[in-house]
Amino acid sequence: MSENVLKVEHVTMQFGGVVAVDNLNLEVNKGEIVSLIGPNGAGKTTAFNVITGVYPPTNGAVYFQGKKIVENHPQGKMRRQYLGENEGKYDHVIAPTPDRITKLGIARTFQNIRLFKSQTVFENILIAEHMRRTSNLFTATLHLNGAEERQMRQEADRLLHIVELDDVRDELATSLPYGKQRRLEIARALATKPSLLLLDEPAAGMNPQETDELTAFIGRVRDDFHLTIFMIEHHMDLVMEISDRIYVLDFGKLISQGTPDVVQSDPRVISAYLGVQEDE
Amino acid sequence: MKKQTEAFVSVALIAALLIVLFVLERVIPSTSMLFTVLKKGAIYALVAVSMNLLNGFTGLFSLGQAGFMLVGAYTYGVLTIPVDQRANVYMYYDGGLIQFALHPILAIVIAGIIAGIFAYLIGLPVLRLKSDYLAIATLGFAEIIRAVFQWDKLGPLTNGSNLLRNYPSYKSVLFYFAASGVCIALIVLLINSTYGRAFKAIRDDEVAAEAMGINLAHHKRIAFVVSSFFAGVSGALLAMYQTSIQASMFKSAMTYEILLIVVIGGIGSITGSCISSFLFIILSEWLLRFLDSELVIGGFKVPLLRSGFRKVVFSIIIMIIVLFFRQGIMGTKEFSVRGIYNRITGKGRKAQKGGAADE
Ligand SMILES: Nc1ncnc2c1ncn2[C@@H]1O[C@H](COP(=O)(O)OP(=O)(O)OP(=O)(O)O)[C@@H](O)[C@H]1O
Ligand SMILES: [Mg+2]
Repeated sequence: MSENVLKVEHVTMQFGGVVAVDNLNLEVNKGEIVSLIGPNGAGKTTAFNVITGVYPPTNGAVYFQGKKIVENHPQGKMRRQYLGENEGKYDHVIAPTPDRITKLGIARTFQNIRLFKSQTVFENILIAEHMRRTSNLFTATLHLNGAEERQMRQEADRLLHIVELDDVRDELATSLPYGKQRRLEIARALATKPSLLLLDEPAAGMNPQETDELTAFIGRVRDDFHLTIFMIEHHMDLVMEISDRIYVLDFGKLISQGTPDVVQSDPRVISAYLGVQEDE
Repeated sequence: MKKQTEAFVSVALIAALLIVLFVLERVIPSTSMLFTVLKKGAIYALVAVSMNLLNGFTGLFSLGQAGFMLVGAYTYGVLTIPVDQRANVYMYYDGGLIQFALHPILAIVIAGIIAGIFAYLIGLPVLRLKSDYLAIATLGFAEIIRAVFQWDKLGPLTNGSNLLRNYPSYKSVLFYFAASGVCIALIVLLINSTYGRAFKAIRDDEVAAEAMGINLAHHKRIAFVVSSFFAGVSGALLAMYQTSIQASMFKSAMTYEILLIVVIGGIGSITGSCISSFLFIILSEWLLRFLDSELVIGGFKVPLLRSGFRKVVFSIIIMIIVLFFRQGIMGTKEFSVRGIYNRITGKGRKAQKGGAADE
């Protein structure tokens, strides 16, 4: 068995004529916190969407715990339009839907928070239990699954306690302050019991204090839940403090990788990424 | 209030309602408009709730309800016409293909199942569509079904464009309330189960629901099939109530009526759908009837009042509601014993989202 939990291999994602991700290769090892950074529109979220099955890539493969979970190659019209490399290396199509990826053990959060807005904090967490149900439509409808239902609720409450959201248990998710909504979204992802957690800009829109709290929270979550974390983030303080390694994406291409120190002093990164950030 | 007390009060209220109906049936002549309203209201309540399961709780905007009612109504009629009546009913088709008759209750269940099978089959391609396209596709399906059931070649089965009649039907309003009540109770139980939570997650955010391990295709199909099953059952009940049916009855206007009921009651509120069904039936069968007939007062012919004007008034009502009262009567709240108790005692007002309502 290989050490890496996640391996992205020659992944290209092309939308029409736009190559959003271009021949991306990266690995995330067990227990690591790895960050993916890059200017706006670099293709970071797209990379997440490919890993989680939202889009099948145009070309390339994704491995999770040594097993190939996603694979594709340019087909049909795309065969002529394709602008990337490595054509023809992959000849199978593996295109699971996002729920299958979640069941394998990859959970994610979203760049713009996507909570279930009509539901309470508790109910948001409780939904994760649905995929582990042993009841079927009939036993669940007739409420013959009392034991299972109780266990689902216990699990959700246990998690709420761990992430310290039990005080807002019965509030509407969207009525929470912004920082807590972010935390709830992470908690909801944890409720699926993942081994790999993907966070898409978890500190976006947070003030410095909230960001510090989040930094501590992510570290604690990694240890408590024995997780591997792959994270997109713009807040450089957070990224440099927490990451074991960093990948830098620009215009869909990987331009640098390594430990925070290495990446920070890489001239390509400084010109491409940090330069752009000053403009913001 | 304790859970047991709540359950007890609820059961007592339902029992009281049934007793009142039972007594009414004995003291008021059965031809009274009251019974028309009650029976039709119960049937519409069921189909409205079934539509709400899809549109309100799963976020699938489907307009196929009349089509599935038609399937249910025909299944019921075809399967229950007594054998000795068949030559008479199917007189253009040599007595038809089927030469047996099932017990009405069994036929109602089969009506639901057949509607569910239709839903399963058309759901495979159609449920992949996004909201507006889904609405158009299901509406189209309902129109096609209506045409197919009138097709001459299927006459030995459906009696073509002729009436289906002489099948057995229950006359008591109690039957309609019991049948509709049991079905609505099942839908409520489903919504309160882990599947119901999954439906609501899909409604709130498909992408997030999928990321939480919910198989979208599978759950949408379940919601669609279950909703259509109950639409089929309500179609069977409608057939029974009407005592004769014809495919041409199940026009898209019927779906719009049901949609209107759901919107007035509140998209996402079961009790809202029930209340507004009765309101709707009372209005359309009773109070607004006069709009459709010419009225002459002292030699003066009141303008606008003529056949079809009622429809115009309804269209105006739906526009007003959509423009100004998008929440309907209940919003997404429910009417419950506990809610009323809390309102009376002034308890739990903060915990619940609003007075006489809780989830
Ligand atoms: N579904 C899509 N269809 C077409 N183009 C898309 C789609 N998704 C993303 N893109 C394009 O791909 C490119 C990369 O977008 P992506 O969202 O991955 O960037 P990002 O690195 O996450 O940026 P940000 O920091 O702003 O979140 C952009 O040019 C975007 O317009
Ligand atoms: Mg992004």
